[in-house]
Parts: sequence; structure tokens; C-alpha cells
Amino acid sequence: MTKRIDVHHVTRVEGHGNIVVEISNGKMKECRFEVVETPRFFEAMLLGRPYIEASHITSRICGICSTGHTTASLRASENALRVELSEQVQLLRKLVFHGEILDSHVLHAYMLVAPDFLGVGSVIPLATSHREVVLRALRMKKLAGDLCAAVAGRHTHPIAMTVGGFTHFPSHAELKELRQRLVDSRLDVEATVELFAGLPWPKFERDTEYVSLSKPGEYAFIDGDITSSDGPRIPAERYKEVTNEYLVQHSSAKLTRHLRDTYMVGALARFNNNFAQLHPRAQAAAAKLGMKPKVTNPYLNSAAQVVEIVHCTEDAILLIDQLLSRGIQPEKPAPVHLPEAVSEATGVGVCEVPRGLLIHSYKIGEDGKLTGADCIITTNENIANLEADMRSLVPQIMDKPTEAIRLDLEMLVRAYDPCISCSVHVLKVKSK
Amino acid sequence: MSQTAKPKVAFFDFTCCEGCQLTVVDSLQTYPELLEVIEIVQFREAMTEKGENYQIAFIEGSCTRASDEIRLKQIRQQAALVVALGTCAHLSGVNSLKSLHPLDEVRQYVYGDKAEWYETYDARPLEAVIPVDFAIPGCPIDRDEFIACVKALLLGMKPPIPDYPVCVECKLRENSCLYTMEKVCLGPIARAGCKAICPTYGQSCEACRGYITNPNDSSMRQVLAKHNMTVEDITSIYTMFTSYQMRQKIQEQKSA
Repeated sequence: MTKRIDVHHVTRVEGHGNIVVEISNGKMKECRFEVVETPRFFEAMLLGRPYIEASHITSRICGICSTGHTTASLRASENALRVELSEQVQLLRKLVFHGEILDSHVLHAYMLVAPDFLGVGSVIPLATSHREVVLRALRMKKLAGDLCAAVAGRHTHPIAMTVGGFTHFPSHAELKELRQRLVDSRLDVEATVELFAGLPWPKFERDTEYVSLSKPGEYAFIDGDITSSDGPRIPAERYKEVTNEYLVQHSSAKLTRHLRDTYMVGALARFNNNFAQLHPRAQAAAAKLGMKPKVTNPYLNSAAQVVEIVHCTEDAILLIDQLLSRGIQPEKPAPVHLPEAVSEATGVGVCEVPRGLLIHSYKIGEDGKLTGADCIITTNENIANLEADMRSLVPQIMDKPTEAIRLDLEMLVRAYDPCISCSVHVLKVKSK
Repeated sequence: MSQTAKPKVAFFDFTCCEGCQLTVVDSLQTYPELLEVIEIVQFREAMTEKGENYQIAFIEGSCTRASDEIRLKQIRQQAALVVALGTCAHLSGVNSLKSLHPLDEVRQYVYGDKAEWYETYDARPLEAVIPVDFAIPGCPIDRDEFIACVKALLLGMKPPIPDYPVCVECKLRENSCLYTMEKVCLGPIARAGCKAICPTYGQSCEACRGYITNPNDSSMRQVLAKHNMTVEDITSIYTMFTSYQMRQKIQEQKSA
């Protein structure tokens, strides 16, 4: 008997991917996750463009994590051009970043993942059957979006973020209002933890290498060393020692590998590597969700996102407190130092976007134009690990009806929260 | 359209960041009643169901490979109305930045000796492949404008897309002009409808919504030159979102 699962364009994920699995007489014949996004060539587009434009162009890589791409891009240029950021700018960068993490995690957990547990195809029917849940999600998402808008003008393709700082600053009153709304949202955040703690998460364990940024004194989202759960800490400039990108014809992405055949990035990797630095309320939420590091069930990546919703809400309140007590002062962007004639400056920018480690690396010439660009895209880092999970999971569930296998696999793909449009240099390889 | 049944609407995406579809999702935060007047039958980013019976197709993204033309033509055949959603679909936008370099070099730069594995061609707006009825401009689209356009379409009217420059909206917001702050801006020639959001947040308008019908282009270039922009700088700011149109223009001039 043959069971074939062929999900063309998995829904409720960002971008285009296919699941292809074939089970014949109790044996797994095929098991692939194909990325079929069109090639986008952003790295080549950056060549010859002024550094000041680079973040505007690369934010267009992804509508969900555009603030993350902007941040990685700015940090790459700033490191190349030896820019020292003020404390105020660093606080605002962290604040807007939390806004994006909250926006993306709420979208993913409530609108993309929850429908699977409630047996519906989308969030739309939930608006009638679970009205309070949907209204809560919309409320939380709106707050996250408003937070981004107050700091950077808007969430998708932020405006006010520029090399060396910001071109616009939120007012004292705006920050105070946001602070109050964040405090009020604790009720929604608690309800979110309750909801997800009660879900029947699929049982599946597979240990892997977890890779994330880490830095002293805080749960790292911007800057830091690249850290592996298998031990090493590597400075961001030497990122290629971790990512080791390679192309394989039977798959469809520029894949990565470090110490094992595959590694995982994202909320679960951050949770496993940096648990001690989570806000105490986030650690308490983890306990409610039954999680303590090291968690090796990839389905719980979505639960780790819920833990981060708690952390980012609490940390955003603390950041606003710091900004308010310092007093918001509009300031010009910090100065850049262009490289000497006929030389190039190199800079690497790293951050932890909602889906994991993102790296931009630029070369900038004496005229301020980009002469080289390399972007390591988060979702690509996870593709090989996702396929390894699928290969490990399928034999455990192959006795289930085809439809149930399909749902388990789709839920696994969604747990990774893939963001396939991001796949700057990923795409379809000829089908076999 | 029938007075009783809700019009069936589908969302599609080609080469893009899906930020415009996210903006559609975001617009539901403020306008949840949208779902009471339309029936969404396909929206891959947000729902599992895939209905192929629809009257209005919103398409995000540019066409960047020959094989995508087939799907676009199918959508055109099914839909009574095709609406280009956002800059990539409307103008090709940043996707056409790659056209500023020879395509072979671009492919080789990103994929090395595996370049031939990946199908691609010059990025183009939807209207270069299929007839498009309306475009909702912007990178990303503006949520209020999206809602206004849907309302207009449901009433059988043309979407209210302004044909005056961003400067008009910028003045209405009482912003200080960026030209008085040692910055440059394409506001005088770029199409409004965004509420001048970029100048409001201290950034130059980069004309993501394209240009008004009759822009005073030579004057604009003179102003930019007066503000110490070199020809290269001017080309750069002009090509951010409209490389495709710039290239068309150069080709037309060459053949004239």
C-alpha cells in the first residue's frame, strides 16, 4: 500500500513551499520539503547602491521581519563604517525590535498555528466560534504594530531607522501611552499563556544543534556572539564558520550546517541557549507551558514564541521606563567613517529576527557604495533541520491515515514559522 | 455583481515580500466588518481553503520567471477584476533593481556555478503580462487606502487613487519641508495617497507609488542637482522603485 502526501504550497506560512512524502509498504520512499519561491537576487541588487539605501532595499526582503532585516542591514553598515550608537538609539532599536517580535509571534501563534488545534482552515471561522480569542489576538497585534509605528513610522518597511540612529523620535506622551497599554496587555499575555498551555502539542522529540546569538547581561536580539548548544561561541564576524552554506540539487535551498548535519534557529534555539536571561515572568510562563531547557520537541517552537511574547512585553516596559527617565531627546545620526581611498570596509550585522539568526555582511567602498553583500537568511538555516525532523517523524506516524500524516507534517512545517519569501537565494530546483 | 451574494475575492502572490498581504491582514484590526461584505475564497498566507471561483483577484508581486505567466493568465481568465496590490505588482518595484546589472552577472553573483538551476528573467509588473484593471500603489500599500479601494470596487466605482504629488499631503500634515533640512525628496513628482508617511518620519520620499501623470521631471532634476546631488545620486534615487519604468523610458528614447 502506498501513501503519498503532496502538499503543493503549504498554506498559512509566509512564502511558497511543498511537502512531498511517499510511504510504500511500510517504508519511507521520499521525504522532502521543497522551497519553490522565485529567486530574488537581493545581494546583487545591493551592488553599487549607496549604503544609506541598503536598509530600505533589504527591508523589502520580507514583510514580516522587515524591521529585523533593517536592523541587520544597519548594523552591517555601522560596523563597516565604525559608527558608535548613542545609548538612546540602542534603547529605541531594542524597543522597535520587540514590537516586531510581538507582532510576528502573535500572528504566527494565533492566526497560523492555532487553527490547526481548533480544527479549522483559518482564523476566519474562529471570529465567530472563538470571538474573544480572535479579538485578543487582534488587540495584541495592534499594540505591537502601534509600538513599531511610534518608533519607526510603521512595522512593514520601517521608515525612521537609518545608519547611525533615527530620523524621527517618539514623544514622551506617545511612549507613556504605549507603556500603559503594554501594562494593560499583561491580561491578554496571561490569557495567551493559558490558551497555549492547554493545547495538545504533538509528541515528538529529536535533539539537534541549537544556534542563536548570546550576549552578556541580556536575552540577545541585536548583536552578540553566535552560540551553539553544542558548545562553541563564535564572534559574528566569523559567521561563515557556522553557516557553511551549500547547494544540493535534490533540495531547493542554500542549506547550512555547523557541527552536526543540520542545526535549528529560532525561538526554541534562543530559549534553549539563553533561558537564564529571560524575564522572570517569561520563565514562569515557560513553567506553565511545561518547558525547561533543553526542549527538543520542534513543535514547541511555537510555545517558545509564547514565552518570548511575555519576555518582550515585560522588557519593552523596562526599555520605555529607561527612555522616559533619560528624557527623549531628538538627535542626529552618529557620524560615519568612510574607508580610505582604494580600500574597502567590511561589516557584519547580526540579529535574532522572529524566526532566528539573521546575518547581513557588506563591503563598502570609499565612495560609500556597496561593493559586496552577503545575506544569510533565517529560514534557509532551518530547512535542512526541518527535513531531518520529517525523516525522523514519518516512520513514527506512518500507520496513521494519510490525512492525519499530512496534518502532522503541515503542523511541523508551520511550527518552524518558515518565512520563505525571505529566501533571498533559495528556490526551486528542477523536480526529479 | 449580484446584490445578494457577497463577492468572492482571492489573494495571490508572486515575487514579493508579502508585506502588502500582511497589511491586508492588519487592516482587519481596524475594519473587521470587511469580512461581512466580501467572501475570501483563497489567501494562502492566512488560510488553508483554496477556492478557484472568484470575481476579484488581488495580486501581489512581480512576474520574474516565464513559468509564472501561465498562472497569471489563468487568474486573469477567472477574475472579472484584477487588481495589482502594491508596488511590485504595479510597477515591479525593487525587483527590477536587478535589471541595472547584466542578468548573467546577477545570477552568477548569487548562485555561482549553480546559476542555471534557478529559473529567472527580467522582473516585470503584472501589466507587462496580463491586462490589469486597477492598481493599489505603495510599498507597502496603505491600509486605509486599501479599504477605500475595496469599498469603491464593491460600489462599482473606480478606486480613488490620487493623481497629485506627495507634497500636497505633506503640506496638509504641516510638516517642515525636507529641502529646508539638508535633505532631498521626490515628493514634488511622486504620487500621493500614502499621507506623506516617509517625509513625516524624516525620510526622503523615494516614489514607491510611482509618479504623477505629468511630473515636472526636468525641474525636479535641477532642484536635486542644486542640492549637491550628482547625476549618479539622482539616478540612484530615481531607480529605487521605478527601475523598470526608467529602463523602458531609456529604450523608448533610444528607438526614437
